[in-house]
Amino acid sequence: MSIQNDLYVLLPELILAVGAMALLLVGAVRGDKSAGTLTMLSVVLIAASAYVTMVTGDGGAFHGAFVMDSFARFTKAVILWSSAACVLMAHQFFSLEKSERFELPVLIVLASLGMSLMVSANNFIALYMGLELQSLALYVLAAFNRESVRSSEAGLKYFVLGSLSSGMMLYGISMIYGFTGTLDFQGVAHVIVQNGVSIGLIFGLVFLLAGLAFKISAVPFHMWTPDVYEGSPTPITAFLATASKVASLALVLRAVVVPFPGAIHQWQQIIIVISAASMALGAFAAIGQSNIKRLMAYSSIGHMGYALLGLAAGTQAGLRGVLFYLAFYSLTNIGVFACIQAMRRGGKPVENISDLAGLARTRPALAFAFMAMMLSLSGLPPLAGILAKAFIFLAALEAHLYVLAVFGVLTSVVGAYYYLRIVKVMYFDEPAEPFDRDMGWAVGAIATIATVFTVAFVLRIDLLMNYAGTAAQALLK
Amino acid sequence: MFQTIAFYLFSAVMLVAAFMVIASRNPVHSVLFLILAFFNAAGLFVLTGAEFLAMILVVVYVGAVAVLFLFVVMMLDVDFVELKKGALSYLPTGGLLGLALLTELVIVAGVWRMAPASHAALQSATPAGLSNTQALGRILYTDYIYYFQIAGLVLLVAMIGAIVLTLRHRPGVRRQSIPVQNARTPEMAMELVDAKPGEGA
Repeated sequence: MSIQNDLYVLLPELILAVGAMALLLVGAVRGDKSAGTLTMLSVVLIAASAYVTMVTGDGGAFHGAFVMDSFARFTKAVILWSSAACVLMAHQFFSLEKSERFELPVLIVLASLGMSLMVSANNFIALYMGLELQSLALYVLAAFNRESVRSSEAGLKYFVLGSLSSGMMLYGISMIYGFTGTLDFQGVAHVIVQNGVSIGLIFGLVFLLAGLAFKISAVPFHMWTPDVYEGSPTPITAFLATASKVASLALVLRAVVVPFPGAIHQWQQIIIVISAASMALGAFAAIGQSNIKRLMAYSSIGHMGYALLGLAAGTQAGLRGVLFYLAFYSLTNIGVFACIQAMRRGGKPVENISDLAGLARTRPALAFAFMAMMLSLSGLPPLAGILAKAFIFLAALEAHLYVLAVFGVLTSVVGAYYYLRIVKVMYFDEPAEPFDRDMGWAVGAIATIATVFTVAFVLRIDLLMNYAGTAAQALLK
Repeated sequence: MFQTIAFYLFSAVMLVAAFMVIASRNPVHSVLFLILAFFNAAGLFVLTGAEFLAMILVVVYVGAVAVLFLFVVMMLDVDFVELKKGALSYLPTGGLLGLALLTELVIVAGVWRMAPASHAALQSATPAGLSNTQALGRILYTDYIYYFQIAGLVLLVAMIGAIVLTLRHRPGVRRQSIPVQNARTPEMAMELVDAKPGEGA
């Protein structure tokens, strides 16, 4: 266990950390005009980190605080892809707004670093540190558009509620430590096997899950989501909805499955309730929305419910379903937000669903991309969404969670209504004033990639399924 | 005996001070009570043998955070009386919630058992021949270097965030430029005017 070995295992994160600091220096010297260069460099950094993540082998570092396994590798691939897409989208967004700041790519890289550390965390302190690094960067990013009152409000709301949830989680962690005497995930699992589950440990688990549920915006800790998603700049909303959600949910998986296999009956109940409530709220509350970003916020609450359903199953098939779902969810959502970012009229972003009216006649390609992703999110065949949902529901059925699985199918039928309403507005309503032509190459490219993935996904499903399977195996041996 | 008296003294003063922080009318008094609470908490740390934490509490919280609070209170025009008008009216609901939580925690404390190994660990809180601070320093930069470095990154993000969200470059502000000042020559600074007698310059 030499320091060289530790640093070698940590190499993907070191690239991000050192790179972010180097970019910061360049930005500090050259000012805001270097924002374009820094954006490209940060994409290179993220790509380099992703490449190193893929080629290095498994291993642990720093006395087991950090672990690199197939699970971490899979989730990091999804996170880093989303981050790279968001950096490009953010640059495009702010250059159209004429308010580029060089700190933006640096903060996104640092947030991605926090997410990488989160999914590799193997004890509770590492978990907390990664989570805080991510959250702090996200608070700033949410408030990044200083001229907008809504953006500042989003940042402040996210910060106050986020700190509260971190406090609760930390309290839970201290109880877990108090009742097991260790912070190590494997250590906690070992103590539970030996001594059983004490009531204090359950209290700690509840507080821990409350804090984590806030981060994935699961009901009843979802209140901040619509306001923050609506107020943040669109590319930052995309970042919150994809990379941050994937990292937090991956963290939930590891922090529940690895330390608490002996307390499965205790956490299963909590996850079942959270999952059912999130699915129901996501389906029903989105119906009345007129702002597309608010709608996507409720949609993401619902999707977290479906993903948690896989965790509730507590089996390897369930975890594989969750990971598969996360990959599908983040790829599709990035595409949706790229389309939302393309909604600009007269040089100003517009966000209402009614603004999309007749898009099929004014911008057929954009409308097609939007439609493909909406249908995929709603879970209609033959797009990616139906498969992701099917794996989750099958895993739940195998684990005898019949009621919950049927409930999930019903809520996704309700949810299909509001996704289909957007398709209807785009294809059958009288055209509104057309959007600006100039949406930028990155937004177009990301929307195209996401559409191709959504449509052609079924052809290579076995590949992603294999990766998700190995990743699930690494977690639940 | 002395330790017990000191414990109750520190605890009692701290609780009263903490209550006065939220109860006092004048915000400056609130901050001063907060400082008092911090000092007593530091005293409690000293009693448990954690002198490093005690000093950090005084240096960081009293030295930096409390002074920062004072700055905010005195420089910003926030009407604290108006802000706190409703604060005590939430006491019944808040108190009830707190009581419920307290009851639950008492249940948790009821099942608490001291692990046998903890007694031994408590008796020798630090390795023999080392002070508390030395012992912390030895592991902080070796075993815990990973967490230490992430904490550094978190602070970096906080710093970037504070600058990004608050720094504005206003045009038309006169700034000091040392090179320009140093490069001034008598020709740039002075103008010789040949004033005629009886007329002004």
